[in-house]
Amino acid sequence: MTESSYRIQGATGEWEVVIGLEVHAQVTSQSKLFSGAATAFGAEPNSQVSLVDAAMPGMLPVPNRECIRQAVRTGIAIGAQINKWSRFDRKNYFYADLPQGYQISQLYHPLVGEGEIEITLDDKKPDSAVKRIGVERIHVEQDAGKLMHDQHPTSSYVDLNRSGVALMEIVSRPDMRSPAEAGAYLAKLRTILRYVGSCDGNMDQGSMRADVNVSVRRPGEEFGTRTETKNVNSVRFVMAVVEHEANRQVDVIEAGGTIVQETRLYDPDRNETRSMRSKEDAHDYRYFPDPDLLPLELDDAFVEECRASLPELPDAKRARYEQVLGLSAYNAAVLTAEADTARWFEALLTAGAAIQKKDEAAVAKASANWLMSELYGALNRLGRELADSPVSPQQGAELLALVADGTISGTISKQVFEIMLETGEPAAKIVEEKGLKQTSDTGAIDAVIAKILSDNADKVEQYRGGKEALFGFFVGQTMKAMQGKANPGVVNELLKKALG
Amino acid sequence: MSDVTNLTVAEIRDGFRAGEFTAREVAEGFNANVAAAKALNAFIVETPEKALAAADAADAARAAGDLKPLSGVPIGMKDLFCTAGVQTTAASHMLEGFVPTYESTVSQKLWDAGAGMLGKLNLDQFAMGSSNETSFFGNVISPWKRGSGDNATLAPGGSSGGSSSAISARLCPAATGTDTGGSIRQPAAFTGIAGIKPTYGRCSRWGVVAFASSLDQAGPMARTVRDNAILLEAMSGFDVKDSTSLDLPVPQWEAGLSGNLKGKKIGIPKEYRVDGMPQEIDALWEQGIAWLKDAGAEIVNVSLPHTEYALPAYYIIAPAEASSNLARYDGVRYGLRDLPDGAGLQDMYAATRAAGFGPEVKRRIMIGTYVLSAGFYDAYYTQAQKVRALIARDFDRAFAECDILLTPTAPSAAFALGEKQADPLAMYLNDVFTVPASLAGLPAMSVPAGLDSQGLPLGLQLIGRALDEQGVLNAALAIEERAAFSARPERWW
Repeated sequence: MTESSYRIQGATGEWEVVIGLEVHAQVTSQSKLFSGAATAFGAEPNSQVSLVDAAMPGMLPVPNRECIRQAVRTGIAIGAQINKWSRFDRKNYFYADLPQGYQISQLYHPLVGEGEIEITLDDKKPDSAVKRIGVERIHVEQDAGKLMHDQHPTSSYVDLNRSGVALMEIVSRPDMRSPAEAGAYLAKLRTILRYVGSCDGNMDQGSMRADVNVSVRRPGEEFGTRTETKNVNSVRFVMAVVEHEANRQVDVIEAGGTIVQETRLYDPDRNETRSMRSKEDAHDYRYFPDPDLLPLELDDAFVEECRASLPELPDAKRARYEQVLGLSAYNAAVLTAEADTARWFEALLTAGAAIQKKDEAAVAKASANWLMSELYGALNRLGRELADSPVSPQQGAELLALVADGTISGTISKQVFEIMLETGEPAAKIVEEKGLKQTSDTGAIDAVIAKILSDNADKVEQYRGGKEALFGFFVGQTMKAMQGKANPGVVNELLKKALG
Repeated sequence: MSDVTNLTVAEIRDGFRAGEFTAREVAEGFNANVAAAKALNAFIVETPEKALAAADAADAARAAGDLKPLSGVPIGMKDLFCTAGVQTTAASHMLEGFVPTYESTVSQKLWDAGAGMLGKLNLDQFAMGSSNETSFFGNVISPWKRGSGDNATLAPGGSSGGSSSAISARLCPAATGTDTGGSIRQPAAFTGIAGIKPTYGRCSRWGVVAFASSLDQAGPMARTVRDNAILLEAMSGFDVKDSTSLDLPVPQWEAGLSGNLKGKKIGIPKEYRVDGMPQEIDALWEQGIAWLKDAGAEIVNVSLPHTEYALPAYYIIAPAEASSNLARYDGVRYGLRDLPDGAGLQDMYAATRAAGFGPEVKRRIMIGTYVLSAGFYDAYYTQAQKVRALIARDFDRAFAECDILLTPTAPSAAFALGEKQADPLAMYLNDVFTVPASLAGLPAMSVPAGLDSQGLPLGLQLIGRALDEQGVLNAALAIEERAAFSARPERWW
């Protein structure tokens, strides 16, 4: 394992930061963990609440198989042990957003055991060295409802739409040592969840959020006392929390104080954390096995089905892009970083291979380069995401095929692409209508060359006198005169002949 | 026509089918008895119109030749079962006025089988109690009186005391009960009726106000073993809405009834001979042994060595689960809300729960909260679960040597109201014989077997292997046939 060199320079020396993340990820499913109520985001308050979610007298939870399946698939995706025997426990506390007076969770026997996630150490360089971060466990549990304090002058309202929605709590080992590692871990985890399809990863909608555990120590010494900053809802904020909290802890210790184990909240507006409650005020949750539920027992067939249903995962995909498709490490990393990007790229490849009647590896490099430079450049300018690109993978592949078969030059393809972005029309049609087809008509090209050589007799002299670098000038002039439509290979050949 | 309210469920069903009387006559008869028995306080809500509607439907069904198993039979419903459109309180102030929009699975099955509802029966609050003295709606009074003429009002047992009182007083031919640690069997024994707690998981718990989820089990109460078999068939069955429900077909228990115990071994657990048990109960137990021998059974002595730890384990596990199950009564969504002026959320919780729960419920919530709390969990809850496993193992071993166990149902006959109120531990001791089978989830039944010297009923308990309700019912039938219990309370109300 590569050790991080991230250190905080305190007044008394260097400090190392130790970070663990507990990530709550909302399971993608039609209905809640223990009831049939719907889970759609943004519905009218209390419109997705069953009798079970409202904890009416005599109501009982029944586990939703799909939620369990998604958690198991996630576990398999991080190479974790799947516990075929797990159990639900009740976490007891009173709050108005918790109708049962307890959350059904898994403390003692989680569904998923030890696994790990590979991160790149420098998130600015996706092809940099990697580090493995341990995942201690994944368990499933119910989400709570939501209090609304802005609906009435003196009372709070409760929206139970989220009450009972399935969450996965993904608990890492304290294996991260820098804000960048914490950010990379969260980003990678989100990528995996999106690949698997077990969580949409939309942190701004609250479907994924992290509790950030931070402590500091002298390099190599015992762990220090940690604090837990709750409900941090972006990769950037997680990194900010680590940085702020680690520095705060160093300041406290160096000033002669001690760190108290406590729960803290992050205020993104002020970029600081503040104490929410200390260990002494912590709830006694009185965990015990939920007597309404039998232990969860999975059979081999179920686990195998989960395994078989998994798509190619990011690390495997990245390796394949490099080794089979021959892409650079950088391109492979960028194209696999998001499930949506990889899907788009693969659609482009499939279409390109079909149109050009080649295998995917033969069209991969050009496709990757075009996607990463031309398409991303255009999307950036337009302020759009890949998901709502004005040009589809099929259309992109058609454009690339025209370049590949020599119908248009690379330069012309950029013009065509611009027109495609504006009009949405197919590349072939644009090329046809605008007369952008590349020409290999040697007669026409020869005529142009003859004129250029006579207009630039002095440069011809110099070239023939040994200044061979001028060859590029003649190519440029010829292409310009041909409005870019001349086949560059033919131009090169004819020029060489004419210049003797 | 004799008074239909003296008839058993089987007699009503069969007489109605045979055209000896109409379902409406039956319903009217019981409605009248219910209306005249306010002194017993057995009902929290009376629903004579529902009984009549079901009766009219039964009469129409008979005319159409479309009878169901319980057509023409009106019953009482313990007020722990949620009934759509009818107030359901669990005998608490907390749920006073609470009208569910949904029907419990068990009650729905009974209505689907053609039964009609006479009303919602009183009980110990949230089913916590052994004397029916913890109801917010007042004590249920047993129709029985001591022969000594001391005129003390007696406890009908608990928690299904409304059910037991109403059946023995002929206010209904049968009723539902629930049994967590003896709440069907002990009141049945106290009032001279029969009641069975089936194997845990036979009856769905969906829509039954929860006390202790791992123990709660619904069951019927009626005057005869046959009636219990009939009712239990209607109440049982798999329910996808209850994860602990057993996905097994429901046996035809009534058709399988037989008092011939040839080839059966009856175990007598020596640990059930407790100090201070009245000699009369011991004698009745001996009589029961003789009856079962007479029915062809072989008697064997068995040991259930961990019996003495059952009661303490029960009074840890049941309150622990209850403390969590009752957390939902917080004043936020339904039921009582006590919101003092200027109160915040915590104040509302405190005020609501202080006002909504009675002393026994509060006691158990506090015990349960304590035994689950950090630092005590292992010493109490974990230990109690180990005891529970040992008790289940005791039964497994005993059932390697015998088919059915015979014990007394309760260590005494009915006591007077107020007699044990001051001493919760003495009250808890009432469950000493019923709790072990509950902890092991086994089917167990109380059958009336005789009277004590005061003329009060005593019951014997039969405990069977998991899923062997038939064995339990048949052994109970053998006792019933020989005990020929015909005593009934003299009407004073």
